[in-house]
Amino acid sequence: MNERSIRVTVNGRTYERTVEVRKTLADFLRDDLDLTGTHLGCEHGVCGACTVIVDGAAVRSCLMFAAQVHEHEIHTVEGLADGERLNPLQEAFHQHHGLQCGFCTPGFLMTLTCFLRECPNPTEAQVREAISGNLCRCTGYKNIVAAALAAARTLGAAARS
Amino acid sequence: MKPPRFDYVAPRSLDEALGILAEHGEDTKVLAGGQSLVPLLNFRLVRPAHLLDLNDIPGLDGIRVADGRLVIGAMARQRAVETSGLVRERCPLLADAMPQIGHVQIRNRGTVGGSLAHADPAGELPAVVAALDGELVLRSARGERRLAPDRFFVSYLATAIEPDELLVEARLPVAPARTGTAFVEVSRRHGDFALVGVAASVTVDDGGVCTAAAVALTGVGPTPLAARDAARALVGVKPTPAAIEDVGRRVAAPLTPDSDLHASSDYRKHLAAVLTRRALTRAAARIAEGDLTGERR
Repeated sequence: MNERSIRVTVNGRTYERTVEVRKTLADFLRDDLDLTGTHLGCEHGVCGACTVIVDGAAVRSCLMFAAQVHEHEIHTVEGLADGERLNPLQEAFHQHHGLQCGFCTPGFLMTLTCFLRECPNPTEAQVREAISGNLCRCTGYKNIVAAALAAARTLGAAARS
Repeated sequence: MKPPRFDYVAPRSLDEALGILAEHGEDTKVLAGGQSLVPLLNFRLVRPAHLLDLNDIPGLDGIRVADGRLVIGAMARQRAVETSGLVRERCPLLADAMPQIGHVQIRNRGTVGGSLAHADPAGELPAVVAALDGELVLRSARGERRLAPDRFFVSYLATAIEPDELLVEARLPVAPARTGTAFVEVSRRHGDFALVGVAASVTVDDGGVCTAAAVALTGVGPTPLAARDAARALVGVKPTPAAIEDVGRRVAAPLTPDSDLHASSDYRKHLAAVLTRRALTRAAARIAEGDLTGERR
């Protein structure tokens, strides 16, 4: 059996597709759903560029098959902004120059989205550990860390008000 | 960087899975969390005819205590084990090791059974099971058998799992009172495989004299290494710095680790002694902390 029919919710929208069983979730998002914000760096689970959120948990989309997400819920970088308006984490990346070439950014954003949910008031050390599974070849980690800490402050202030 | 073609099957029950393995086990790969297998597929280093996905089988991911053992279902996600209060309380060595496995994105999918069955010679979980002398429960259509780590781990990436068998549970002894544990490792970067890792557990009596000690190493040979004789040197004495230093020396002395791109044999041997000392020191300190705060039973 080399094809499967799947129904999957991505960023709140439900899609029904037939996929080859060897197609990774990353390729499915990019090629079948045209959601090319999810980037592919290494395709073997090391670089973190393809990180998406499946059922609330950040995972490598290059290490899952599309056939495995039938009836599951996925969030990708495309779901973060509200139209043209960046969400607080994206805004913090913008303000703190947390992206240079931008290739790794979607993975960082999805990793940090989950992390800040679990750890809303992190230390710098916690942020650094949280992003240790995402590689930035521009090596702009300093500003990514600054952006994450700033986003945590913004989100914390919003939660308190 | 795309997987080769395979037939994919995602059974809904264990019996169904075992039936498939009985028929096609020889050319089937079992997919658990996929964090080791999918890279191998993407690189086309493995080309199974069939891929048996366990993710749709309910009930394989339990974490429970039974018969004085912490029983971890093979499909328990590493992150679930890491955040489990039951694991922290009953089998702290396992909890200590979890954050050192890969990264959080890996642990969100990666499973305990997957790591054990993959049997990476630098993996953390094999060392934990070896240190605690846990049991690995294998199921097949023929029945069930339980293996000690010495029999389960055969060589680099090789276990005693037969083609028609499935690893369904790991059973680890619950830590007795006045036990301290630690898992320490040195790796090039956080989340990388360890150059060397040490799992240690120390139990003392009311007078602070060691009644049981266990040390197991990863990264120093083809399989996890339980340094039973060396650890026994601590039993009957207090875990003083001198006594712990002595165990470190005994652990390292017989080792002949491989050299590779990341570390020479001598350096790994050096790490084995140093990390054994650190792990035992931390484990012993935790007993004292526990007594002080009354947190431990």
